[in-house]
Amino acid sequence: MAPESLGHIFLSAALANNFVLAMFLGLCPFLGVSARMNTAFPMGLASSFVMLVASLCAFGLNLLLTMFGLEFLRLIAYIAVIASAVQLVEMFLKKSSPALFRALGIYLPLITTNCAVLGVALFQTAREYSFLQSLAFCLGAGAGFTLALVLMASVRERLQLSNVPGVVQGTALSLMLAGLLSLAFMGFAGLGG
Amino acid sequence: MNDLSQARNFDEFMEGIWRQNPVFVMVLGMCPALAVTVSAVNALAMGFATTFVMVCSCALVSLMRRIVPKEVRIATYIVIIATFVTVVDYVIQAVSLELYEALGAFIQLIVVNCLILGRAEAHASRHPPLAAVNNALGMGLGFSLGLFALGAVREILGAGKLFGVALFGANFQPWVVMVLPPGGFFVLGAWLLLFAALKRRKEARLAAQGGGHGA
Repeated sequence: MAPESLGHIFLSAALANNFVLAMFLGLCPFLGVSARMNTAFPMGLASSFVMLVASLCAFGLNLLLTMFGLEFLRLIAYIAVIASAVQLVEMFLKKSSPALFRALGIYLPLITTNCAVLGVALFQTAREYSFLQSLAFCLGAGAGFTLALVLMASVRERLQLSNVPGVVQGTALSLMLAGLLSLAFMGFAGLGG
Repeated sequence: MNDLSQARNFDEFMEGIWRQNPVFVMVLGMCPALAVTVSAVNALAMGFATTFVMVCSCALVSLMRRIVPKEVRIATYIVIIATFVTVVDYVIQAVSLELYEALGAFIQLIVVNCLILGRAEAHASRHPPLAAVNNALGMGLGFSLGLFALGAVREILGAGKLFGVALFGANFQPWVVMVLPPGGFFVLGAWLLLFAALKRRKEARLAAQGGGHGA
């Protein structure tokens, strides 16, 4: 595989292969917390931070596990790292912004089971990225995740003011919206490849 | 008495398949549901892999429910689930490399399927092993059914095939968008819409009947 440039990896993860809209990762928070802008944006940032921590730790862990020939423990090790990173963010938010902590509610501990976070760690291992490439990849993924959440939240805020037929309301509507957004993101396909 | 408990068990089993279907009613475990359902075969493989992991983890969680301290239970569950996922990962790799490549990272991502952790926490940690397995099996089959419904529609529309067999004549123009990411969202949205419409009609009919009796 030809070495990809850092900018290319970043753009590809953020737009062309957007984690939520093109790879279907992290859909639970995407559908769950995207009803309002003032929870969607912090949620995006918190997830991005966990992704950053998880990606860096996963890189180190992978080196260590490969050194000892323990690749089969990779999954368990990654998930343990992610769970601790989430705990860290949770404690930090509880201290610094209790209001936000309450607003995010159950979705905060659920970042642990956000497939986007584990996805970053697994994909960077599968693609054998170097340290800097992993960094660009996880920053791109975080930016893409936040972007998708913010876009979705702004559309849904608008929709609350409009008259929607009763049958369509709820999850069906969110999914249709996500489909349209995803269609729009396919336009970026040529950009990252 | 035995009959009664059997009927209740069956009820609980059917609950996961139909009334509480994880895909269409609870909308849990969406990420693999949408990502791998480009064909019916992939969908079924994913469904059964998830079912296996769920049944095994729920059984173990239920056996250990009195030993595990409350504070570390989530971490314990995750480690249990991750262990079984690793098993499934290696088994699929050994059985069918083709399938392994088609499902890709999503086999390992079964770990973070909220459905499994949800079952472990909400049901298996409070019930004896047999009841937990029963419930997990129902949920798993319901999940497989949901995935199959998604995968079949996407394969029929997106490729004109079902299980790799061409259904339409050579003139059929596949809707490529259905096997691309937006198609996943649209198909699931359409299924949910269908169920919502059916439910609404049923409720309207029941209300009309109720009104008729009252008058």
